[in-house]
Amino acid sequence: MYWNAEIECMATEDLKKLQYRSFKGLVNNLYDFNRFYHDRMKSKGIRPDDIMSLKDVSKLPFMYKDDLRENYPTKMFSVPNTEIVRFHASSGTSGKPTVVGYTQNDLAYWTEALARSLTSIGIGSDDIIQVSYGYGLFTGGLGLHYGAEKVGASVVPTSTGSTERQLELMQDLNVTAIACTPSYLMHMSHTANQMGIDFRRDTCLKKAVLGAEPWTESMRSKIEGSMGIKAYDIYGTSEQAGPMFSECEEKKGIHIGGDIMYVEILDPDTGEILENGETGEMVVTMLKKEALPIVRFRIRDITSLTDEECPCGRTSPRISKITGRSDDMLIIRGINVFPSQIEYTLMRIPQIGDQYMIEITREGALDDIKIQVEIKPEFFSDKVEDMVRLRAHIESELKKYLNVAAVVELKAPGELPRFQGKAKRVIDKRVI
Amino acid sequence: MMDNENIITQLSIFVNNEPGRLAAIAGVLKDCNINIKGFNLAESTEFGILRAIVDDPDAAFERIRSKGVIVKKTDIIGVAVEDSPGSLFGAADVLGKSGINIDYGYAYSGRNFESLFVRVDDPEKAVRVLKEAGIKLIKRSEI
Repeated sequence: MYWNAEIECMATEDLKKLQYRSFKGLVNNLYDFNRFYHDRMKSKGIRPDDIMSLKDVSKLPFMYKDDLRENYPTKMFSVPNTEIVRFHASSGTSGKPTVVGYTQNDLAYWTEALARSLTSIGIGSDDIIQVSYGYGLFTGGLGLHYGAEKVGASVVPTSTGSTERQLELMQDLNVTAIACTPSYLMHMSHTANQMGIDFRRDTCLKKAVLGAEPWTESMRSKIEGSMGIKAYDIYGTSEQAGPMFSECEEKKGIHIGGDIMYVEILDPDTGEILENGETGEMVVTMLKKEALPIVRFRIRDITSLTDEECPCGRTSPRISKITGRSDDMLIIRGINVFPSQIEYTLMRIPQIGDQYMIEITREGALDDIKIQVEIKPEFFSDKVEDMVRLRAHIESELKKYLNVAAVVELKAPGELPRFQGKAKRVIDKRVI
Repeated sequence: MMDNENIITQLSIFVNNEPGRLAAIAGVLKDCNINIKGFNLAESTEFGILRAIVDDPDAAFERIRSKGVIVKKTDIIGVAVEDSPGSLFGAADVLGKSGINIDYGYAYSGRNFESLFVRVDDPEKAVRVLKEAGIKLIKRSEI
């Protein structure tokens, strides 16, 4: 079942023509009406007439997250306030949030993208979907809410929190699908265990639409195995609109609405555009955006692109699962490690506190990763053997999730630094 | 449980194994006006455990804890040892034959006697079997 077969199954050549036409219109419009993009293009000596094919897109300048911060809150907007119908804001990485705005049309294609995604997962009017993403400034809750209503599903807008109540509602309303972050679903599963709820026996839950944070295939098999459901990845950031694009039932990459977003994959070091199938940094251009234009945005997500037809019949371009951001990602002995995975693992170990530090060093050609954690006073033992055993347990948990051996150091509570605002927990001492 | 005057309360303190950390802990003990009678330091790569026999351990425990230091009370026993060959063997042999495991131990040399403080998995039973074997134990009041 397709929501919009014309676009989703369009021949690649036709899609490219459509994308080129959108691009042309977008660039003309920005050059004439958007101060930021006009100045950027001028400083690079590019005029709209220089864009004569889709390949010429690579002549346009990049934009960065910092541009959004520097133009806080609405200096990059292309439309007057009268046309804005909604704002969302992200928490911000360096103290200052970024604000995004939407026109009526922006909300319409965002909802359209979600309707396509949910349909491709097999969620429709027969479903009762619990939206456990946060509602509010975060895009997840409201985004999924309108997308799910569009396909005719019955929405249970629980937002996050009150997990026990969420589990009760899930049972009482015969909820069949849930949309939330993978870590919240893991938390729900843990709470359900404590309450004696067995997802297979006590709920009608069949599908989960998970996103907003990186998660791995091993987490997928854990969630699917323990809860007896199917879990699908959904992708999208507030700059793009919000969560928009997802895997289909085949789970062979995230289908991108090519009429909505144009994707390039760059070698992050050389800036060179990579071939399909090669892994690099994603650069996105939003082709239909009105309120806040996004052109060649260095989003820092690492992925690869393909436009081969999917077994589901869709010809839309697909990106591989995003495992993290290029600026957070640590490469330890050739293995990609994300601080979020480390945090996730540590938070599930009851004997240690919330603070941690990650230090990476290089001895010869080998990287070493050291993770410092604070033990909770009630788990302190006067026997070195007990403490060493606890340390070994933490190390083995980390090894299980990261696939790379980390050295753990136990510290007394209060010994590790506390951060105001965005924490800087990674210290990379490698000289490369 | 009857208050057993042969069971001594040791304070165990978590110390980070970094320059100055022991001094900082010792400073806390000084500020709390705690007199250390005997102590032992066990260490791993990044942390150490300071085990101390102090005056009035219950009050000392509360004072140290109020300073935000990780501290724990542990029951240990003190075996009097003579300054002659084989005296360690006597006590260790009795405990071993009774199936009592010694987790760790350290020597203490006081004004009136020399002894070995040991942490065992069952201190009540250890006291009983050592007494039955005629081995002298240190009383709390004697330290």
